[in-house]
Amino acid sequence: MRRGGRAAGLVRHAALAALAAVYLYPVALMVVGSLKPDASVLPELATWRGLFPERVSLQNYRDVLARVDFLRYLASSAWIAAATVALGLAVNAPAGYALARLRWRARRRALAFVLALLVIPFEAVAVPLLYQVSWLGWRDTYTAQILPFAASAFSIYLFYSFFLDLPRSLEEAARVDGAGPLRAFLLVALPNARPALATCAVLTFLAQWGSFLWPLMVTSGERVRPLPVALAAFHTLPPLAWGDILAFAVMMVAPVVVLFLLFQRWFVEGMAWTGARG
Amino acid sequence: MRATAEREEARAARLMAAPALAGLALFLALPFALAVGLSFTDLRLGAPRPPTFVGLAQYAGALADPRFQRALVNNLVFAAVVVPVQTACALGLALLLHGRLRGRALYRAAFFLPVVFPMALVAVLWTLLYAPGPEGPVNRALSLLTLGRWSPRDFLHDPAWALPAIMAVSVWQGVGFQMVILLAGLQGIPRRLHEAAALDGAGPLRRFLHVTLPGLRNPLAFTALVTTVLAFRLFDQVRIMTRGGPAGATTTAVHEIFETAYVRGQLARASAMTVIFFLAVLGITLAQRRLAAHRRWEA
Repeated sequence: MRRGGRAAGLVRHAALAALAAVYLYPVALMVVGSLKPDASVLPELATWRGLFPERVSLQNYRDVLARVDFLRYLASSAWIAAATVALGLAVNAPAGYALARLRWRARRRALAFVLALLVIPFEAVAVPLLYQVSWLGWRDTYTAQILPFAASAFSIYLFYSFFLDLPRSLEEAARVDGAGPLRAFLLVALPNARPALATCAVLTFLAQWGSFLWPLMVTSGERVRPLPVALAAFHTLPPLAWGDILAFAVMMVAPVVVLFLLFQRWFVEGMAWTGARG
Repeated sequence: MRATAEREEARAARLMAAPALAGLALFLALPFALAVGLSFTDLRLGAPRPPTFVGLAQYAGALADPRFQRALVNNLVFAAVVVPVQTACALGLALLLHGRLRGRALYRAAFFLPVVFPMALVAVLWTLLYAPGPEGPVNRALSLLTLGRWSPRDFLHDPAWALPAIMAVSVWQGVGFQMVILLAGLQGIPRRLHEAAALDGAGPLRRFLHVTLPGLRNPLAFTALVTTVLAFRLFDQVRIMTRGGPAGATTTAVHEIFETAYVRGQLARASAMTVIFFLAVLGITLAQRRLAAHRRWEA
């Protein structure tokens, strides 16, 4: 669409800037509020002091670290997310490749199995999975929060459609040179699959970093509790101190925002690509 | 020689697919089958006697349960409001961002940012924004917009306002995701279609209706499906902001499943609810796929 004129451009910029300001206002309140004394967060929230405080300090951050074991929650979340991403890539990429590229007898049935499971949302298995995990003695473990999420029908489908679209010529050259299917996958297909790997890693990471229902069900103590469940508990932990809660929130989201700013391309393109495939 | 190569390929394929397929079987297919199986029993957590077969009694009980009925209605209302509103907002933003624009990446990042926020954090932050009384930012904003005629209310404890409040939070968090997909869709519409329409004398509105919207058919169908399914999976915001209250005004299917299984220990009843929930999600997915396929066939 052609849009003419400097005036039209200015109007567009003004509209976008105004919308973005309104849109990010809650985020700004969160960051500023985390730097203000607890007692003045709520009373001054909707005034201009909500964005431009009289004094700022890191006291709330010190309070959070003193009141709860924040670093333990952070380490738990980081480990759960990192391990799930690594395991997920390790099992889903080869599965997608085998389904897209290799000839084997059960291929069609395996593909139908994956596609059928694609429509089952996690919430539809949470209750029996809790039963299963309790029976295995995995309650209050990292294993229960990592292992069930490694294999993913969605990730397999993502790799499957990526490898279907990848030109065959590269691998065929390798195969002619005597490389077996495994070597062709590892040395030729995988290095060319960076967009799919990045998309899958980002989506798995976000899902695990934000996961709430399952850890709420499967963890009862502090030991393996991840950040979202810890935040919900901290939010209702007396005394109610909004400065502390916001400081907790900022520390919880900072790693994701840094990752987002560094790898913005993969976040945005990954989601757009998924949309185009759907 | 050829036969060995084929056998080697089949063996490698099985080796590569086995771990993921085993994981899916163990942690998705098996528990799903278990949910179906348990829904025909009377299993309770910590019950002394083994479960017995009770037929469809759990389904009858779940469907007769006023809280579960309320939950399903809430999910429907939530989807019926959030899907069109969020899609319209996302489309508006995508159109504003489409085309040559300095600083586009910055704007896009701004609207996309909440998508990477954990929902638990979004829920806690908005609990603060919905603070009752005139010092709450949402109350303050509505008071400014209505020139002081708005009387402050306690959104999350008001039976009429609690669900709309949660809807607004969900739109705020999710609109960037839809925007990014629609923006990619807009970039996929060939420029010459717009130019041809303009040559034929079509104004901006007609070009939007006859070129842009049909060109966005697939991304729109996809985002609508994802948002509808997400509306049915609604849990985190509800758990943190209202616990389903006041008086069931914001409870959802997943929240009732959680309460029934985890708080009350009625695993069989929760399994029946799970199956009903799954059938609802499946129905929506199939209906929307059929609609999308139908429109594609017409075109």
